[in-house]
Amino acid sequence: MHAPDGFLNAGTAVATGAVSVGTIGVALRRTREQLRDKQVPLAGISAAFIFAAQMFNFPVAAGTTGHLLGGALAAILLGPATGTLVVTVVVIVQALAFADGGLTALGYNVLNMAVITSFGGYAIFLLARRVLPSNATGVIVATGVAAGLSVVLAAMAFSIEWLFGATAPVPFDTVFGAMVGVHLLIGIGEAIISAMAVGAVLAARPDLIYGVRDLDRASLAERPAVGMRGFLIGGVLVALLFAVVVSQFAAPDPDGLERVATDAGFIESAQDHALGSSIFADYATAGVANETLSLAIAGAAGVAITLAVGTGLFFAVRDRRREPGRDRDHAAV
Amino acid sequence: MGAGHAHALYVHEHSPVHRLAPEVKLAAAFAFVLAVAVTPREAMWAFAIDATALAVVLRLARLPVGFVLARLAVILPFIAFAFLIPFVGSGDRVDVLGVSVSQPGLWGAWNVIAKATLGATVSILLAATTEIPSILRGMARLRVPETLTAIATFMVRYLELIAGDLRRMRTAMTARGYDPRWLWQARPIATSAGALFIRSYERGERVHAAMLSRGYTGTMPSLDRRAATIREWLVAGTVPGVAVATAVAAFLAPA
Repeated sequence: MHAPDGFLNAGTAVATGAVSVGTIGVALRRTREQLRDKQVPLAGISAAFIFAAQMFNFPVAAGTTGHLLGGALAAILLGPATGTLVVTVVVIVQALAFADGGLTALGYNVLNMAVITSFGGYAIFLLARRVLPSNATGVIVATGVAAGLSVVLAAMAFSIEWLFGATAPVPFDTVFGAMVGVHLLIGIGEAIISAMAVGAVLAARPDLIYGVRDLDRASLAERPAVGMRGFLIGGVLVALLFAVVVSQFAAPDPDGLERVATDAGFIESAQDHALGSSIFADYATAGVANETLSLAIAGAAGVAITLAVGTGLFFAVRDRRREPGRDRDHAAV
Repeated sequence: MGAGHAHALYVHEHSPVHRLAPEVKLAAAFAFVLAVAVTPREAMWAFAIDATALAVVLRLARLPVGFVLARLAVILPFIAFAFLIPFVGSGDRVDVLGVSVSQPGLWGAWNVIAKATLGATVSILLAATTEIPSILRGMARLRVPETLTAIATFMVRYLELIAGDLRRMRTAMTARGYDPRWLWQARPIATSAGALFIRSYERGERVHAAMLSRGYTGTMPSLDRRAATIREWLVAGTVPGVAVATAVAAFLAPA
């Protein structure tokens, strides 16, 4: 997401820069009392933590790794204003000292990666806290939802900026679909790692977490840890919700590859997909007249099928790993 | 590790570019990149002039060509995206090597590649010739709010330490046979992130107490009061000056 120079046009760079500077100004004012007195070293060391957290490679699948973005995590641990400042500093230093992200791109890079993930993530966190129980489990799940969606929000923000400041004639739908699709997956990793990280802090020093200042120790202590099963169920629910919502944005236009195919003239030669006549072909459900409902059903079904295939693969791999013979080998040694 | 104040991108040299005051370098870098960003993409010659100006500065800074090229790899994902644009873009089609591609898409790809490469080269030049504490001092002299530069100063100071903490945790986990391959095996990593936060925060509290006891009032004393001279501003100004003049010429010149 560290976009280089020239990715969006100059007007968008200036406009997003103005929004970023304005928000940072507000954040500076809100944190003034807190930071002037005491916490500048603390905020600095927390910034170093977020920087280091971005080096935290966690496994995703089959040995590939992803890394944390940390905007929502920073906001929940330190508060949205301090969190924004901290992540902004990280993004600026990455651009100036590590050549990661363009200088004229700082406006939208700070907006997408610091402002939106922190403030947006914290807003989602507060909303989720409202519907979830006021205990540690609720806080952990809310963190996961906020962290996951903050990444998707940032991707959406980038797509909207592209709508206004595109430097190339790639349609909004294509960019939106690709960005949000990829970041839904990234968001799942971000959600799980952020939630479990907050869970670990909650267990040892709940007083350090800004986002739970309203809870006392007793209500925080009343929970057993959320198991991996809880996370997976929560993740699936969020994915379903998103598939249903996001599918509404999916325009009936052909996607990029289909367009290439049409223009290159080889689409006629392409056989209709084997599932072409299946009820979900072209992401709309045959026989359901209402387009909104039809797209939603298709999106939800897509998630379910992906999940089924994924789980099937997982069990296939896991069963082989736990062959009874393996234990016997160990016993023999 | 024993490099003291240096960091990953810094190249130790004694060149005129290294000696330049940091605020001058920062301002010049921003001005140059801004001028490149607004240059119309059809004016290919303009980018050639910008690249030449930049090459002269790289030469003056005595940066190895291989080093700069290797560091440019950061923008590769975006370059890859740029290569896709002509295929997914709309508009008039032209044939290139027998493949039909979008003409505005080709211009879009060229635009991203040219500007991103020039911009990233400027960033690399800045980072390779300026130590991080100098960059932060330059930011402060350019009136960046003190809270931000102070946070950045502490971040930079403790970054290596905390990254070292992280490495040691990773080593300890690996030594105990932890070799995760799937997302659902990531819990130890996540909990160690939480532990790292607590350690960092508590270290911050101790550092703050120690600083207070030594008379810290909320602002860091600056040992280096040398401000940039007019001459430095003028000399460094020539490079963005060339870029601005080129951009203006590109706007005025018939396409």
